[in-house]
Amino acid sequence: MPTRIVALVIKELLAILRDPRGRMVLIVPPILQLVIFSLAATLDVRNVSMAVLDQDRGKWSAELVQRFVGSPTFTDIRFLDGVAEIRPVVDAQQAIVVLHIPQGFSGDLAAGRATTLQLILDGRRSNAAQIVQGYVSRIVDQFDRDIAAELGRPGPSSVLVARNWFNPNLEHQWFTVPSLIGTITLLVGMSVTALSIARERELGTFDQLLVSPLQPAEILLGKTLPSLIVGLVHGSLFLVAAIMIFRVPFTGSVLLLYASLVLYLLAIIGVGLFISSLSKTQQQAFLGTFVFAAPAILLSGFASPVENMPVWMQQFTLINPLRHFIVIVNGLFTKDMPAATVFDNAWPMALIALFTLSAAAWLFRRRLQ
Amino acid sequence: MNRQRPRRLKALIVKETLQVFRDPSSILIAFVLPLILLFLFGYGVSLDANEIDIGLALEDTSPEAHNLAVAFTNSRFFDVRVARDRRAFVDDLVAGDIRGIVVVPADFSARLKYQGDAAPIQVIADGTQPNTANFVQNYVQGVWSNWRQQRRLERGETAAPAIALESRYWFNEELESRNFLVPGSVAIVMTLIGTLLTALVIAREWERGTMEAIMATPVGTLELLAGKIVPYFALGMMAMAVCTIIAIGLFGVPFRGSVWALSAVSAAFLCPALGLGYLISAATRNQFVASQMALFAGFLPAMLLSGFIFEISSMPAAIQAITHVIPARYFVSSLHTLFLAGDIWPLLLPNVAVMLAIGALFLGLAVRNTRKRLD
Amino acid sequence: MPASMVRIDGVTKRFPGQASPALHDLDAEIHGGRVTGLVGPDGAGKTTLIRLISGLLVPDVGAITVAGFDAATEADAIHAIAGYMPQKFGLYEDLSVLENLNLYADLRGLTGAARRETFDRLLAFTDLARFTGRLSGALSGGMKQKLGLACALIRKPRLLLLDEPSVGVDPISRRELWRMVEDLVDDGIAVIWSTAYLDEAEKCESVLLLNEGELLFDGPPGELSARVAGRSFHLTGVSGRRRAVLARALDRDGVIDGVVQGRNLRLVLGEGADAPDPADLVAGDGAGIEQVPPRFEDAFVDALGGGPGGRSALAARMQPVTGGDDVVVEATGLTKRFGSFTAAQDITFSIRRGEVFGLLGPNGAGKSTTFKMLCGLLQPTRGTARVTGLDLKTASSKARGRIGYMAQKFSLYGMLSVRQNLDFFSGVYGLTGRRRRERIDGMVETFGLTPHLDTTADDLPLGFKQRLALSCAVMHDPAVLFLDEPTSGVDPLTRREFWTHINGMVEKGITVMVTTHFMDEAEYCDRIALIYRSREIATGSPDDLKESVRGAALPDPTLEDAFIALVRAVDADESEAA
Repeated sequence: MPTRIVALVIKELLAILRDPRGRMVLIVPPILQLVIFSLAATLDVRNVSMAVLDQDRGKWSAELVQRFVGSPTFTDIRFLDGVAEIRPVVDAQQAIVVLHIPQGFSGDLAAGRATTLQLILDGRRSNAAQIVQGYVSRIVDQFDRDIAAELGRPGPSSVLVARNWFNPNLEHQWFTVPSLIGTITLLVGMSVTALSIARERELGTFDQLLVSPLQPAEILLGKTLPSLIVGLVHGSLFLVAAIMIFRVPFTGSVLLLYASLVLYLLAIIGVGLFISSLSKTQQQAFLGTFVFAAPAILLSGFASPVENMPVWMQQFTLINPLRHFIVIVNGLFTKDMPAATVFDNAWPMALIALFTLSAAAWLFRRRLQ
Repeated sequence: MNRQRPRRLKALIVKETLQVFRDPSSILIAFVLPLILLFLFGYGVSLDANEIDIGLALEDTSPEAHNLAVAFTNSRFFDVRVARDRRAFVDDLVAGDIRGIVVVPADFSARLKYQGDAAPIQVIADGTQPNTANFVQNYVQGVWSNWRQQRRLERGETAAPAIALESRYWFNEELESRNFLVPGSVAIVMTLIGTLLTALVIAREWERGTMEAIMATPVGTLELLAGKIVPYFALGMMAMAVCTIIAIGLFGVPFRGSVWALSAVSAAFLCPALGLGYLISAATRNQFVASQMALFAGFLPAMLLSGFIFEISSMPAAIQAITHVIPARYFVSSLHTLFLAGDIWPLLLPNVAVMLAIGALFLGLAVRNTRKRLD
Repeated sequence: MPASMVRIDGVTKRFPGQASPALHDLDAEIHGGRVTGLVGPDGAGKTTLIRLISGLLVPDVGAITVAGFDAATEADAIHAIAGYMPQKFGLYEDLSVLENLNLYADLRGLTGAARRETFDRLLAFTDLARFTGRLSGALSGGMKQKLGLACALIRKPRLLLLDEPSVGVDPISRRELWRMVEDLVDDGIAVIWSTAYLDEAEKCESVLLLNEGELLFDGPPGELSARVAGRSFHLTGVSGRRRAVLARALDRDGVIDGVVQGRNLRLVLGEGADAPDPADLVAGDGAGIEQVPPRFEDAFVDALGGGPGGRSALAARMQPVTGGDDVVVEATGLTKRFGSFTAAQDITFSIRRGEVFGLLGPNGAGKSTTFKMLCGLLQPTRGTARVTGLDLKTASSKARGRIGYMAQKFSLYGMLSVRQNLDFFSGVYGLTGRRRRERIDGMVETFGLTPHLDTTADDLPLGFKQRLALSCAVMHDPAVLFLDEPTSGVDPLTRREFWTHINGMVEKGITVMVTTHFMDEAEYCDRIALIYRSREIATGSPDDLKESVRGAALPDPTLEDAFIALVRAVDADESEAA
């Protein structure tokens, strides 16, 4: 019995490694994801383009503008000459924010009168616009306090001291890179599994397996183990990359991480086997993987937080193994998540794995008839 | 001979249309996937942190502290749970059940008495979700400032003269991320049809040997190319129309541009999308490899490097440079403008020009590569 | 001499990355009003030549003209006058029969009354009128082939190119196709028919024989056959073990080729050799030897330098199968239903140890379903399938351990190396430790695989692929070997080597079950079951079947005649009953 399964597992791993298409599945998505997500896929807002309409042209307006010019965030600042210029600049996306300093701004300040700055933001990118609004308001607040100090007046509203636990500088990579362990094993683990049976069908070797003394359960095990191995290898590579290259602190237990990863992989492999049993060709299996993987990633909390979704959609995400795994992996990286909390998020994955694997086994047997 | 051209072209188009409706994977890509994606971006993906769960540690029991607690509870941005001690929330924060803790310390009312630079309350945000953490900070600051302002007014204090910041968000006053995600997803859907589906159906003709049979008939090379481009162009435009109707009708996204401008921009985008699909299929002649390449060269860039979700201006310079050759970038920007702002030609015209230029390059290569030859 | 249609002048075509050219320095002429056979094994260059003639490929050296048009520069003119049916028929499987015809009619500019007339004629001609609404993907192989032909004939061509029209098609459909093509030839059309099968070549008026890109022969097939005139013999009345006799005959110096033909053995002698004495071959008392007319295949094997010897090194290594029940494979009332459709109905037969049993039948008649039930790939709805007394349903794993299986196209793991394939199959059949090493080493030695051990299976030459597939199938000493169209598309020499091994194993007591579309392969069988309309319509030895249809109309029936006559008889009964 073990001989047969060992033979199957070796064959499967060799088939993946020796087939150029198999190698492509193993190599291309990980590199692509690592590059894109570590470098490009960020909701951070940097290099902000700004336009300033200074109708005051006074001492304080010049001082305020200087604060923006000196800020590393606002890298692209243009100056407008009149109100009429605001609309075209915003329309053509030449500036995401326009700061309008009214006439008499310096005079009001000197006289100790309240004054108002106008901010026009491009809502077409509402997320970025809100973050930019935050940046601007922080600079203006600071400016306000500094003037008060300079003029010897009581300061305006006090500043809130905000601290960010787990990720003090709000590094986006500290979230995306650990999450990649989940998304990459999803893509690789699933495509390896989904392609495996479909490949044998397409090449005609599947019948060869079925006429051998192998039991259906052995064949399924022989398909599951290699994907598990591949998933664990990829997961480990990304774990090391996250810690060594991206310097994301790992505070939790490695053992818990691997235990969760195995459960998570089993859930995914079940889906992969299901798709594979349905597909006649590798191309169909590939499309099937895509149809599952795209929603799974979008609804996992990776693309956007789960709590932003409507409640019914949040409940729907509970059947998504990646949603649970992302909580665990981020918890173990930066939050030193205790075992009990890990367990709270792990048992749903175990349940999903049980369901997907039995469904795959059921379909596999059915398709043999 | 030339009188036969329209007939042959029509025959090829009819054949192509029948096939799309009969092949399961074509139906999947042309009809099912677009709807799934549209609904995901309409309902599933949202960057708007509404009702963020936070913990309010009310360590001071003074009336002022209670008053502040009410201000937080009434805020539409927060879903607040209250406790007497900040330590009660630490586990919740680790588990991700709350995204931040607002601490009203025991000496709150005392510190409120004299003006300092620092506010007497503290906010702790969960940094694991940086975007949400940003919102937590901004919103808490907002609630705090309003509460202070309110208090002064109630007590008849003259407010310290301050610079007020009056922010106005043009085009999307409600600040719903759906309003830019749903229009952007039209670009994704049209990439699926223009590039993935086209690459797949042509590769299938090579795989099944029907391309060979067609090439041995008097059909011309340009007819062969047009016979593929025209039906998927039409399908792409139809998909665009359906998505637009769903976006407006179901998701309530505003549409401020004109229909004909939208059609023109979409048509311009389909040129490079179809050209890329055609080139991929000609290079691979295999459905499996073609679908992989179409996803890597068409779908992923449209999703990640087009400014659809992620900020192009925040990317490293090298990747920003790459985004300039990705047609979806120009299409996504045009779509945002057409839906939310209107027909702003100074922005649309350059976008259309670049898309047409890339399209002309791809289609030109496609024409050059189309010969009635197998090698 | 009929008009020349195609001239091929010194054509060489080489594909990038290939060591030897696909076609090398080819000169030939193809004439109107006759069928020219393009004959040779897979990889001989047949498809390349057809594509060159149709202008879809351009030669590296030399030129081809079709009706005076240069194929490299005036391909459009050729496309207007030539009909082309590629391999797999070039049909749109998602379109119906009529939609396919409409497409090709529009592409070829056939309109109005002429179109209606042509459709009526073609649909009658191909007998597809009843199926115009059916998707072509749902047609049987034979019907697809006819539709492919109809599409190529939409505008009556002056040249018709058919690339392997008979692959995967049963004898009845093949004969019908042939009849249709003959009709066309009478109208003066030039037909080029490519095939791997030499019995088809024999029917052509002219033949181009290709092997590894070289033209071996150009002329009427009879001319090639004549080269071996007087050297073909039948060894008749063989009693006892024919295969042992054949092996002995093939080992004699003068005998260059020999095959089993029902009860007889067909032997071809080398130039100047004397006919062997039946007594020397231990062929039994009643044995006699008589000269028979030569076949094209005899001459082909001769042209290639003769077939392999009669001894199978593989069989010599196999453990003899002895003892136990005499019946090795047993089908009792096997029935398979898919929904309301009955694919196999009450199939009952038994195969004794050391027997070669053939399963024949038209496409879609239930042959594959029966075969799959017997090797455990399908569960029967009713009835039982037993292998060495083990029920495939209840003791399936154990029963399957006694089975060796080889499918068409050698379903090896193409991406794995030879050694990895051997390791895998030995592991899957539970061989371990020393026994596993010994078996693998034995196979490597027997088949001379040592230099290829690290070669990827896909890159092996065809002959070695076949050897590897056979090694993998028999490494575990199976009691029964299931062969599913094992030699389709394989050249005659490789096929002979294959049957030498099979014969040798049968001599060791291994039982063989084989499905095939090709009659020369069926002749190797001891007994044949003919499956038609889901039922077993006849069972018996090839000679019994021939005998059963002998009559005034068929004084000397071939096995193919018998096949067709038996199937027709069932059709006649059905229509009478209806």
